[in-house]
Amino acid sequence: MDAINLTIIDRNFIELVKKESGENPYLCYQCGNCTAGCPYTTFFDYPVSQIMRLLQTGQKDIILNSRAIWVCATCETCTTRCPCQIDVAHIMDTLRIIARRENRVSEKDIKLFYDEFLSSMAKYGRIYELGLLLGYNIKSGHIMTDADLGPKVLTKGKIHFLPKKIKGRDKVSKIFERFKDRTRRDGR
Amino acid sequence: MADREYAYYSGCSLEGTAVEYDISVRRVMEALGIRLSEPEDWSCCGSTPAHTVDHLLAAALAARNLTIIEKMGFNTVITPCPSCMMAFKKAHHRMKEDIRFKDEVNSLLDEPYNLNVQSKSALQIIIEDIGLEKVKERVTHVMPDLKVAPYYGCILNRPPEIAQFDDPENPLSMDKIFTAIGVEVCDFAFKVECCGAAYGVPKRDMVNELTYKILSMAVDCGANCVAVACPLCQQNLDLRQQQVNIRKNTSFNIPVLYFSQIMGLAYGYSPEEMVIDKLVVNPDSLISSRITLSQWNEMKAREAEASKAKKKEKKNIEKIEEET
Ligand code: SF4
Ligand code: SF4
Repeated sequence: MDAINLTIIDRNFIELVKKESGENPYLCYQCGNCTAGCPYTTFFDYPVSQIMRLLQTGQKDIILNSRAIWVCATCETCTTRCPCQIDVAHIMDTLRIIARRENRVSEKDIKLFYDEFLSSMAKYGRIYELGLLLGYNIKSGHIMTDADLGPKVLTKGKIHFLPKKIKGRDKVSKIFERFKDRTRRDGR
Repeated sequence: MADREYAYYSGCSLEGTAVEYDISVRRVMEALGIRLSEPEDWSCCGSTPAHTVDHLLAAALAARNLTIIEKMGFNTVITPCPSCMMAFKKAHHRMKEDIRFKDEVNSLLDEPYNLNVQSKSALQIIIEDIGLEKVKERVTHVMPDLKVAPYYGCILNRPPEIAQFDDPENPLSMDKIFTAIGVEVCDFAFKVECCGAAYGVPKRDMVNELTYKILSMAVDCGANCVAVACPLCQQNLDLRQQQVNIRKNTSFNIPVLYFSQIMGLAYGYSPEEMVIDKLVVNPDSLISSRITLSQWNEMKAREAEASKAKKKEKKNIEKIEEET
């Protein structure tokens, strides 16, 4: 890890994460258990225990620009093994939400995939797998993503060519709308 | 006749790429005397993507379904997909812990959720409500060639405060079920490692690395198939197995079945009824040696008879040798 300038501690950021996650990052004593079990740690730029330390020292920019918070798969290993009973995965979740809100996205493809998923949901009420994959491929520019799987999936009849639309899909899209109204109202 | 009835939320995956999970769970539940009732007009649980946007939105998308189930009069819903189950459990848990959060979630919904529904996996229902005695009773067939690596995946039993079932590090529910139905279980060390979850599409290389480790461990522990309880685990291990072979220069050819398919086969359902043909890596050679329980018992009795006779013969020879 690069040297960190401890004269810049963003206390508001620490408070925000505390409030939104309901967790206390100061309980962490850097035992490293979370990192030892994290199956994704080889793909992280900062291992999860370092994210925790960076959080204790209010290093907002490093954290929100990190790859780790997007690559984390919420597998719950860290939460399960933390001796201080910190819900570490929930903190990672919260950091990702804040990063998204501030439009800082180090892993564009992952975010795009999530966005396509949610727009499928808002449109149909359920997930339309083929549409989700095609939408992702076109928008990401990775047109051939999983094209090798195509024949397998198609011959197995595993994928529907038309979305299943539920009757209450307007009710689902209403949830999204109310949520948007609410965030607008809160000035986020 | 059905002994019990539960609400049953299949979720989007089980309607699409995991239809064999849906069908096999429904059939096995029926065989165990459970009636399932599908909530009308259910919607997607929100899964991982929703909780990258906001905790409130994620909880509301999940809770819409819990409201529907609550209004049907059920207090338990069976959710075979661990992602859906976790989405429901987390929404319920957070709303229960924090009254203000509950009100905020309900303000996004047409009809409020009043915290009366427990979400449970099919495994939990089988272990806690049905019991291993009955699981065993129903067996009609034996599959002597199966050696199973029971793979639970990361979120089925974790985090423990929310999952409230089985052990978070060494879960045993599947092991117990297989043992009860006479299927050999291998000592598999990667029961709860993560398979790469929803990253199959945006981060395929990462998923291939993770599943490579899991498949290697399954082979190393002597298993000839993997049993799963999650549509994402199944997809990453089975559909993407060939991708692993190309990337890592391996030659894995290990079938990945849903635990419910294995149970169904032991309960006498045909491979067609368990929709085995939807699996990419073909398990036919492992299940073609399936025989009925009575054939198996006869075989075992004959074997016992033969070994008894052999022992007797050996004793006789020893006696003769002693005498001469
Ligand atoms: S939840 Fe995220 S940080 Fe924690 S162990 Fe899993 S991948 Fe790593
Ligand atoms: S396991 Fe808990 S205490 Fe240990 S480093 Fe990780 S967060 Fe800190």
